[in-house]
Amino acid sequence: MILVWLITILMGGGLLAWGAGFINRSWPRWIALAATLASFSLFLAFAFSVPGIGLGQPGDWLAEYNAPWIPAFGVQFHLAMDGLSLLLLGLTFITGVLAVLVSWTQIRERVGFYYFNLMWILAGIAGVFLALDLFLFYFFWEVMLVPMYFLIGIWGYENRIYAAYKFFLFTQASGLLMFLAILALYFIHGKTTGNFTFDYPELLGAELPTRTAFWLMLGFLAAFVVKLPAVPFHNWLPDAHTEAPTAGSVILAGLLLKTGAYGILRFVIPLFPEAARDFAPTAMALGVLSILYGAKLAFAQTDLKRLVAYTSVSHMGFVLLGAFAFNIIAYQGVVIQLLAHGISTGALFIIVGCIQERIHTRDIGQMGGFWQKMPGMGATALLFALASLGLPGLGNFVAEFLTLLGAWQASILWTALAALGLIFSAVYSLRIVQRVFHGAPMAKPNLPDLNVREWLIMAPMILLIFWLGLYPGPVLNSADAPLRNILAPFAKEESSIGIAPEEDGLSLSLQKPETEKRKVINSK
Amino acid sequence: MLENLWLIPAIPFAGFFILAVLGRRLPRVAAAWIGTGSIGLSALLAILVGIRYLSAPPEGYAFRQTLWQWIEVAGFSPSISFYLDSLSLVFILIITVVGFFIHLYSIEFMEADEGLKRFFAYMNLFVGAMLTLVLADSLVLMYLGWEGVGLGSYLLIGFWYQEPANGYAARKAFVMTRVGDTAMALGLFLLFTSFGTLDISTITAAAPQQWRPGDQLAVWAALLLLGGALGKSAQLPLQTWLPDAMAGPTPVSALIHAATMVTAGVYLIARMHAVFELAPSVMALVAIIGAATLLLAGFSALTQSDIKRVLAYSTISQIGYMFLALGLGAWSAAVFHFFTHAFFKALLFLGAGAVILAMHHEHDMFKMGGLWKKMPVTFWTFLAGSGALAALPLITAGFYSKDQILWYAWAGERGNSWLWAAGMLGALITAAYTARMVILTFFGDMKQEPDKRPGVLIKIPLIVLAVLSIIGGFVEMPHNMAAVHLFSDWLGTALPAIHVEESLQASEFLLQLAAAATVFAGLFIGYWFYLRRPELAASAHRSFAGLHRFWFQGWGFDWLYERLFIRPFTWLAAVNRADVTDYIYTALAKGNESLYHIFSRTQTGQLRWYAFGIGVGALIIITLIAMS
Repeated sequence: MILVWLITILMGGGLLAWGAGFINRSWPRWIALAATLASFSLFLAFAFSVPGIGLGQPGDWLAEYNAPWIPAFGVQFHLAMDGLSLLLLGLTFITGVLAVLVSWTQIRERVGFYYFNLMWILAGIAGVFLALDLFLFYFFWEVMLVPMYFLIGIWGYENRIYAAYKFFLFTQASGLLMFLAILALYFIHGKTTGNFTFDYPELLGAELPTRTAFWLMLGFLAAFVVKLPAVPFHNWLPDAHTEAPTAGSVILAGLLLKTGAYGILRFVIPLFPEAARDFAPTAMALGVLSILYGAKLAFAQTDLKRLVAYTSVSHMGFVLLGAFAFNIIAYQGVVIQLLAHGISTGALFIIVGCIQERIHTRDIGQMGGFWQKMPGMGATALLFALASLGLPGLGNFVAEFLTLLGAWQASILWTALAALGLIFSAVYSLRIVQRVFHGAPMAKPNLPDLNVREWLIMAPMILLIFWLGLYPGPVLNSADAPLRNILAPFAKEESSIGIAPEEDGLSLSLQKPETEKRKVINSK
Repeated sequence: MLENLWLIPAIPFAGFFILAVLGRRLPRVAAAWIGTGSIGLSALLAILVGIRYLSAPPEGYAFRQTLWQWIEVAGFSPSISFYLDSLSLVFILIITVVGFFIHLYSIEFMEADEGLKRFFAYMNLFVGAMLTLVLADSLVLMYLGWEGVGLGSYLLIGFWYQEPANGYAARKAFVMTRVGDTAMALGLFLLFTSFGTLDISTITAAAPQQWRPGDQLAVWAALLLLGGALGKSAQLPLQTWLPDAMAGPTPVSALIHAATMVTAGVYLIARMHAVFELAPSVMALVAIIGAATLLLAGFSALTQSDIKRVLAYSTISQIGYMFLALGLGAWSAAVFHFFTHAFFKALLFLGAGAVILAMHHEHDMFKMGGLWKKMPVTFWTFLAGSGALAALPLITAGFYSKDQILWYAWAGERGNSWLWAAGMLGALITAAYTARMVILTFFGDMKQEPDKRPGVLIKIPLIVLAVLSIIGGFVEMPHNMAAVHLFSDWLGTALPAIHVEESLQASEFLLQLAAAATVFAGLFIGYWFYLRRPELAASAHRSFAGLHRFWFQGWGFDWLYERLFIRPFTWLAAVNRADVTDYIYTALAKGNESLYHIFSRTQTGQLRWYAFGIGVGALIIITLIAMS
């Protein structure tokens, strides 16, 4: 039941904020803050009550809610949470609270409707991370899309209408492919078993002909790689990120992209393990392409927000690379990357927003030497730029190191190429610091350093990025059992090459000559 | 006492934290003394730990302390653990003690700088990271320190951030070393795949059992680790960032770009010697790179006019000696040269800094001169450091460490006469450019009156380091002189000894004589060309202008990299700023739009047109049916 509450508090808060907006302009933001804080505290209370996260047996859900919805079609209102959903929900609620605080003074028009949309996006995202019924999942997938369209289209910057359309078309078209795949899966499974259902646990064991499985897998993957996004399906992202209001960018980078990654881990791979394995070389290549191409484009930008947007493409490339490496090390790296990227890129977007509020432009050419007037903001930006380039001690390093370490077991070539991303990320991250905060000071009249509200936003993000970088143990524990579940279909053959996800199989490799091990990987 | 080991890196980090968070509320003096005091405390602890280690060595001559589990995934479980053995002990002593004196010096040197607090915060961050690097018990934690020192270096090179050139130098340093670091990261992946752990002592113990000498994986692992070492230690082909790194304040150059960080590569290779010994071809490569670098950088040092750039090239060259020693398998000789080099090169940088400060931030040696009477303490200490750099026989530390390397280049099991000759030629050049530097700075006519005399906080570090530059070498004597082998005995618990060809033993004295003669020849060249007959230097400069420029610009590496990497990348970035893949989708949208226009044209509203359409359509359908 708690799972339902987590979502309904957000939805109800959104409706209430909309209504209150007609009475008083400042009520909606307080209502939104209260609603996000309420669901966040409910979530925290639940998270701390779970005894020994990660100790759960495979297949165990930490919490579950199942009620019939449209029984005639086998649609259920089925929500469930495991360690993976738990982490992503945590990210959702933290980001949600921060997004409300970020919008505090920035949004002045149609405030009520704004917070309604914000709340419903969050509710949709929370639903996506919890839904275990494919129909319900698609429902929430759409719930987060439409309000985001409004958020960009109404409260965005100069080119907002174009960006909103582009975002909508990309997501909708690819989402449709997924919906077709869901329906196909529903009917095929229904015909062979006589049980017409959208229920995920039921569908997990569906027997599919190889070719069919491959096409259905592609249908799902289409929606997720667009959302992730992977090159060459990334074109909506720079426009949407750049034109969205700050909170929109924070949610886009921090959460929406993560739904793509979550979808791959939760649906694509468990539902179609064999097809996914056949597709792995292509997926890894796309991942590497995203890393390098995204980094190159980020370096080229002159619009600061666009620059940060392209870094997301580069960082999410690691997710795609790791997700198709099929071993626990890479998977843990992917999970940390989802959290760390959400925080570090979110923080960079917030800093861009702060700068834009002060100087009313995002053009890098108009910036320089801001450290002198705003050392606090400069130091914070430096920290998150360093996180973005993968400095050890910060979360992104753990993520990228684990991802590459895991990917190395699957493909040395792609890993070596992906590692070039470490060099390019240094190039673009330091360029941000140089062009904005270093260099000769630009004469700008009004450059106050971060204020109390802004520090309140930044402080938890700083703490979180250090926490993920220095003590990721709790996160790794929480994700452990769910990831092993996902990897279960691959476990058998993995253990034969000494990288068993089950136990410390690596000790096996000590007895085996390296060449023989490599042969097994290649013959796969 | 040993259980306080963790405090040695923790205190500088704490100092950084205090300065970063409370910095703005602290008075300037307090900030400077917090920054210096934290390193002093660390140094004190390091000395106490060292005494305890020597008086009652822990079991197996190694002490390990685990703070917490860092990452734990399926057998990959690095922890935040420190590992103390004789090798890391040498390094932490140098880092903290030399670091402390450089901090002390900085209090006066940075006195008037508005960024004083930021300076000490960054310096403490750097020292903490450097100590983590050398104390790490796993390669992952070492990588943390490794990147951390890179960050410290970046921040301090670009310390005067308002000047864009400094920012460029800082980024150049960071990115070039990152190229090496990335290779190193790949090396870690390879090692983990082979050994199932990144714990250093486990790997070094398991490697000889798992790999035969020359094993392809061992070669790859050594090569990739070498990549990291080349970047950090500014060796060929990743050396070009170091001369530009001189944009930072002079104490930074002394600490980071002379005494500590740039020797991290030496530490890495010495630490992973077990892997390198299994890859003889890579060992040979290390020696060749070392020899080539020491010559290239030496010739460049000979032509510089900026005193700091002379010292920068000299540092590259001296680290070349260390790499030469590593490649020869003379592990302890390499560390010994690091040990003495840390004293005399830090001293030379600090001395240069004192001169620069006195001359209104003038770096050009040709605008100095005649300072020896005006700045006696600086002069005499600088002279001591220069003697050590030139390896003046018997009385300086540099002689003992360099002589050892030359001896092993000749007589060591992996040595050969070519490597020895390169080392000898390098010694000649070193003596020559050292003499040139001293003469141009302190002798001849005074071109500018120094207006600021160094105070006591600058003098103390100079004097202490000068004393160490003289006596630091006495802990290890050549075999034929005295049976003093404190240093190699000390390191013997961590690093294997090198074998010497018995038949060549007798030639040791002759070689020393030759080395001494070379040094004096080099000094004489410097004296002759720059003090006795300066017009000769000028005419040589004129007749070999092209060569001079070539050496002056560091053998054209910057020129080459600019064309090979930077320009293509920026060009690619510039032409594709708008993202070419966007055209696919724009074309898709445009195509749809034109289809819409085409189809909407059919909606003319004229009956004739519709009737025609129906007729043609019917015809086509009937034909199709008939055909099938």
